[in-house]
Amino acid sequence: MTWIWGLIVAEATTVEPTRRDFLYITTGAVAAVGAGSVAWPLIHQMNPDASTLALASTEVDLAALPEGGIMTVKWRGKPVFVRHRSKKEIGEAQATPLAQLPDPQKDADRVKKPEWLVVIGVCTHLGCVPLGHSGDYDGWFCPCHGSHYDTSGRIRKGPAPRNLEVPVYSFLTDTKVRIG
Amino acid sequence: MSGPSTYVPKSAIGRWFESRLPIMGLMHSSFVVYPTPKNLNYFWTFGGILSLMLGVQIITGIVLAMHYTPHVDYAFQSVEHIMRDVNWGWFLRYTHANGASMFFIAVYIHMLRGLYFGSYKAPREVLWILGVVIFLLMMATAFMGYVLPWGQMSFWGATVITNLFSAIPVVGASITTWLWGGYSVDNPTLNRFFALHYLLPFMIAAVVALHVWALHVSGQNNPTGVEVKDVKRDTVPFTPYATIKDGFAMVVFLAFFSWFIFYVPNYLGHPDNYIDANPMVTPAHIVPEWYFLPFYAILRAIPDKLGGVIAMFGSIAVLAFLPWLDTSRVKSASYRPVYRVFFWVFVICGIGLGYLGAMPAEGGYVIASRIFTVYYFAFFLIIMPLLGLFETPKPLPASIADSVLARGGSASAAAAGAAHAPENK
Repeated sequence: MTWIWGLIVAEATTVEPTRRDFLYITTGAVAAVGAGSVAWPLIHQMNPDASTLALASTEVDLAALPEGGIMTVKWRGKPVFVRHRSKKEIGEAQATPLAQLPDPQKDADRVKKPEWLVVIGVCTHLGCVPLGHSGDYDGWFCPCHGSHYDTSGRIRKGPAPRNLEVPVYSFLTDTKVRIG
Repeated sequence: MSGPSTYVPKSAIGRWFESRLPIMGLMHSSFVVYPTPKNLNYFWTFGGILSLMLGVQIITGIVLAMHYTPHVDYAFQSVEHIMRDVNWGWFLRYTHANGASMFFIAVYIHMLRGLYFGSYKAPREVLWILGVVIFLLMMATAFMGYVLPWGQMSFWGATVITNLFSAIPVVGASITTWLWGGYSVDNPTLNRFFALHYLLPFMIAAVVALHVWALHVSGQNNPTGVEVKDVKRDTVPFTPYATIKDGFAMVVFLAFFSWFIFYVPNYLGHPDNYIDANPMVTPAHIVPEWYFLPFYAILRAIPDKLGGVIAMFGSIAVLAFLPWLDTSRVKSASYRPVYRVFFWVFVICGIGLGYLGAMPAEGGYVIASRIFTVYYFAFFLIIMPLLGLFETPKPLPASIADSVLARGGSASAAAAGAAHAPENK
């Protein structure tokens, strides 16, 4: 017995496939491709549309942000945290051994300039906005399900699997950043 | 059980119509002469109550949709517009919002009834699984309906629940983007949730039709769990007996429902949902609606994202396997002294999980959630399979009629029942 795509096409040992078997399979294949090609527009229409994809990047002026302060800006409908880190906070973030991190990443790989931390303000657990200057590591604490992040936005404790995401950004001047 | 219809229309027009579309005969055999076990208690009225609630939700929902605007800039205002400007709008919205809670109260009683009296066992496995499907559709519908007012809890509830899908390895992020139609919960999400919230109740109605069909093939279970042996002795016709009893239960339930609508319409809601949605600020304490709390507690009890999501969906999926997890040949817990204890512990565990789901995820609450979660799964996966092998059930009555007569004080019927061994059932 020969199986092609779940159809019994012929008793291979006794009967040769006929032209009718061939027609059944080709007709079925064309119907499957046809159904699939109609299904795709119905599925893909739910993906982000052109107007959503065209969202511009955001420019942020850092001059007004004092040392130790955190600024929240909106980018792609999500909050982005810009944190002006103090010497102590930078020190803590750099001194943390990688072995203590659930998602090991060096602080130097997460910032362009050590005093400015830019991260997407969305908890990697289930998407809540974490609260700044709180939690066991004085970074962020997510009130929804209790995830603690450190001063580098790295996950330290709680159910979140990953560090706060670092968006694509660049310094236009010393005090101006473009996110996106 | 519902055999060929014996319905004969009285009028000539009726006979003419019946020979072309026998729908009156179908109604007659399903809801008039349909035999119901004569020992059904009031827990058996919740099927009717649930049908009523589905009707209430569909009717109030359709009229609310005439005044609601599914757009992030207008949704919150249009709900307040319904409350303040639309004639009787407050009544329609409070009925719909509290109706969802009443629907879940009724469905949980209905499900626990099935769990206690073994209604999921052969020959009612398909009937039970269709019920689990209805429950899942109800949860999806209720969740999407709660998003529509676009308050803080709507927005952040939607964010948390859609993010559950991001736990799926590899494709998780693409799936959440696809569900949202963007990079966060936003206008496209609200729009599609409205479309689906309107669609799903009709899908529920279709599955309910299959559920009732399956019920009328196998017949109703009853408090003894003994199948109908003699239709004449063991059953009474649906009309008037079940119709009147269901009707009375519906009136009592509607009185309870009305108390919520007219006296404490916001008791089951959350004040944060009267704040317009703000994507930049998460409320300090996110809680889902009360009917999701036990499952939410299970999600939070597991300290791993994917593990928590699997446990939460698993806690519902496990229900579909119940007919094969329970190895006991006796259906009703009335004749299973050990199972009955475990059942009530399970009920307390469910209520406990509901309480813990509303508490913050820290300290002792997390430990308690873990203990209850372990019991929740152990009840289905360990206790049910093993108990059927070790438990000695009490003797079953010989028939439904015998059990009814025994309760009436007939000593001879009781003696006849005691002689009947369950293993010979």
